[in-house]
Formats: sequence, C-alpha cells, structure tokens
Amino acid sequence: MSLKTRIIPCLDVKDGRVVKGVNFVNLVDAGDPVEAAIAYDSAGADELCFLDITASHEGRDTIFDVVERTAEHCFMPLTVGGGVRTIEDIRKLLLCGADKVAINSAAVNDPDFINRASDKFGNQCIVVSVDARKVKTLDNIQNKWEIYTHGGRKASGLDALEFALDMEKRGAGELLVTSMDRDGTKIGFDLELTQTIADAVKIPVVASGGVGNLNHLVEGVKQGHASAVLAASIFHFGTHSISEAKEYMAKNGIEMRQD
Amino acid sequence: MSRYIAIIDYGSGNLRSAQKALQLAAKNLDLPIEIIVSNRPEVIDKAERIVLPGVGAFADCYNGLFSIADIGSILEQRIIKQGLPFLGICVGMQLMAETGHEKGEHKGLGWIKGDVREIKPSNKSLKIPHMGWNEIIFNQDHVLLENLSDGLNGQHAYFVHSYQMQIKNQNDLLASCDYGGEITAMVGKDNIAGTQFHPEKSQKFGITILENFLRWKP
Repeated sequence: MSLKTRIIPCLDVKDGRVVKGVNFVNLVDAGDPVEAAIAYDSAGADELCFLDITASHEGRDTIFDVVERTAEHCFMPLTVGGGVRTIEDIRKLLLCGADKVAINSAAVNDPDFINRASDKFGNQCIVVSVDARKVKTLDNIQNKWEIYTHGGRKASGLDALEFALDMEKRGAGELLVTSMDRDGTKIGFDLELTQTIADAVKIPVVASGGVGNLNHLVEGVKQGHASAVLAASIFHFGTHSISEAKEYMAKNGIEMRQD
Repeated sequence: MSRYIAIIDYGSGNLRSAQKALQLAAKNLDLPIEIIVSNRPEVIDKAERIVLPGVGAFADCYNGLFSIADIGSILEQRIIKQGLPFLGICVGMQLMAETGHEKGEHKGLGWIKGDVREIKPSNKSLKIPHMGWNEIIFNQDHVLLENLSDGLNGQHAYFVHSYQMQIKNQNDLLASCDYGGEITAMVGKDNIAGTQFHPEKSQKFGITILENFLRWKP
C-alpha cells in the first residue's frame, strides 16, 4: 500500500490543436485537445500533459483557452509546458486550471527564474524539463548528457546531471527527463539517463522520450527508477489503452492505481 | 443573492478547478446552488458553506487569507460560533492547525490541535514531494466518506505536498494514507473538515467527497 506509479499521456498542441494527431475510437474531432483530454480522463490516466509547441507569439493565447476548457471537464492533474517564461505566464496558466507548469528554455537561460517561480507558487507546481542528449565520450567510462533547449535543437553546454541537481536546489518539485536521442524513436527510454538523474535527486522524476511498447514503461520504472512514465504515440494511436498499460505494469510487479 | 457556496480567493491556488469540481458535485446532486469564488468579506460572510483552498507555503497562505478585511472575525462568527460547514483543501486544511513549521514557525487558525511539519518517510528512498495517487485508509465513519471504499483495492486520491498535519487528538483524524509512515489525509471536527489531497483533482473519488460535503449537515 503506497503511492502508485503514474502514467501520463502527453499531447503536443500547436495553435490550439493537437499535432501528430490523435486516433482514438469514438473521438469526434481528433485534433481537439479538450476532447482528447476528456477521453484520457475517463480512461483513468493519472495525469495529463499538454506541450504547447506554438511558435508564434500571437498563437500563444490559444493554450489558455484549451486549458480553461479542459478544466471544465477533467478532474485530474494537468501539466502545461512550452513557452513558459514569466511569472505572469505561470499565473495565467494556473488560473485557467493548470496544476503544474513545465519549464525548459527559461530554466536554462535564467536559472533564478526557478527560484522565483517556486517561491511564488510552491515547489509542487514547478516542473523542470530536462531535455538531454548523450555526449560521446572518448574513454566511454562514464556516461554524460548535455542539456538542449528549443525542442532539442539548441545545445546549452550544460551537463544534465549538474543541471538537474541545481534545479532541485532552486525549488523544482519534479523533473521531466526527456532523452532527445530517443524521442519519437519508439525504442524505449534512455534508461541510464533516467536512472542517473532519478537516483541523484530527492524529487520525483518523470521518464519521457522513446516509448514504443508497454515493456518500455515497465523498464522506465524498474530500471530507470522513475516515479511516473510519460508517453504520446502509443496511446494516441490506440496501440494500447491506458488500462492495458496499467494492467501490464501491475502484472510486472509495479503498483498501479486501477480503481 | 440566491444561495451560494463561497470559495475564498486569497491569491493562492487553482480556484477554477475547485469551482468546476464543486459545480459538478452540485449538479450530480441536483442542488440548485451557485459556487462563487470571492475575496470580498461581505460575500464570504453570506455564504451557506465555505471552502478554503490553498497551494503554496503555509505562511504565504495564512498572510494571504488575513489580507482579506475582517476575515478572522467572519470565520470565527460563521464557522466556529454558528457552525457553518467548512472544507479546507491542501494548505487550506493545514491552516486549521495551531502552528506551521514551513520556512520558520507560523501561527495557524488553531481549529484542530496539532502542527504542520515536513514529511520524513522512514524509507529514505521515497521522494519528496509526496506526489501522486495514494490509497486512502478510513480512520472512522463520517458523512464525507460515504459511498467510497478504502483499504486494499480501495480508492485513491491525488496528493501533492511536502509538509503534513500531525494531529494531537486521534478523534480528529478521518482518513490517512501510508508513505513511509502515516500521512494525515483528512481531518474533521464538528462542522469543519479538511483534505490534504486535492478532491478537485481526484476524479470520481474526489467528486464524491465534494458531493458528500455539499449534503453534509453537521
């Protein structure tokens, strides 16, 4: 009897619509994030994550409307990431109904922002996105990862483990660790990356990037030591349902919420 | 103004979710009642039930609450003297304790004997914050726990906190959960109750708790 491992479906939202597409049965409009959120809510997802990948400044306001409409129908925790740069951005998202915000570029460019944000809204609502790529080392003795920003396009020169520890100290309440090498590959999480960070910090780590089958979710918890697992396409395209994933993980000895 | 329930707005937390969840609970019960989010003393004073949410640090929330004019005497009059049903959520529950020990020592409302301290799980590998879905254990019968199930194969609630309320009088403990030791999940005494978890984020379990609160006649 204890805290259960969380499954978090993640939706990429651009200009208020889901991109990559969501292909559920019984979904009227596959591009509407609110409909997808409602479907995941009733399927028993433990949390939901929206990643706003809108590039233009004008398009930004659409995410507030999406979050607001989601909060009318979904009574589950919601994390929103993408383009969160100011205290005002966070306040607006929380007032619309988000529970946590995921911060990436702003945390790299101005680490103090994490101190200010967690002081203001509490550690529990500040998630830092650790987007990392493996660094090719000559000796190959110790693995290293480098932090990237801008959706994995821009190298920061920062070491991922040092960054993670710094973010924890500054008040992050959770880390969303994404392997940019694995993202979209469907070959599984970078388990060494996940485990290295999860074992070093006291705050929960969400594993992300690379899930292609249910066993990858199990590995993320058992080998990666993650407190939660995030996935997109295996759920969106109906390859597996949330309850199938939970049953599979439970069968493999992981405590899951199945009420 | 017609009948309404007031959610106290003191600049903390995600009030919209609490409002939407209470609206759904009222609708499920066919209760013709409005759910109003307000920081105006005269609105809070005339409510038929009061909900105090809270996200953030103990002292910030306490100070935020007491920045509302006369809130101390309104709560004293309506909740303590007249017995209006009251529900505190998360830090809103913690504020009912005598003292909080988050970032220094701070005074609370003192409605429930006990204090708020950092969670220290016996198993050092357990993560802090205590974040996610945990199984609820009922410590006594209470209207707020009706139509719910606990124990093994019981229901879960969504928690996210690093501090917890340690109560002095076990009679005030309605429900708990296990996280390397006992965590206070729900407290209750006379007409006041509180949940450490977020009913507004706990799907069916949470909505049922809110329905129970709405039909509670202490």
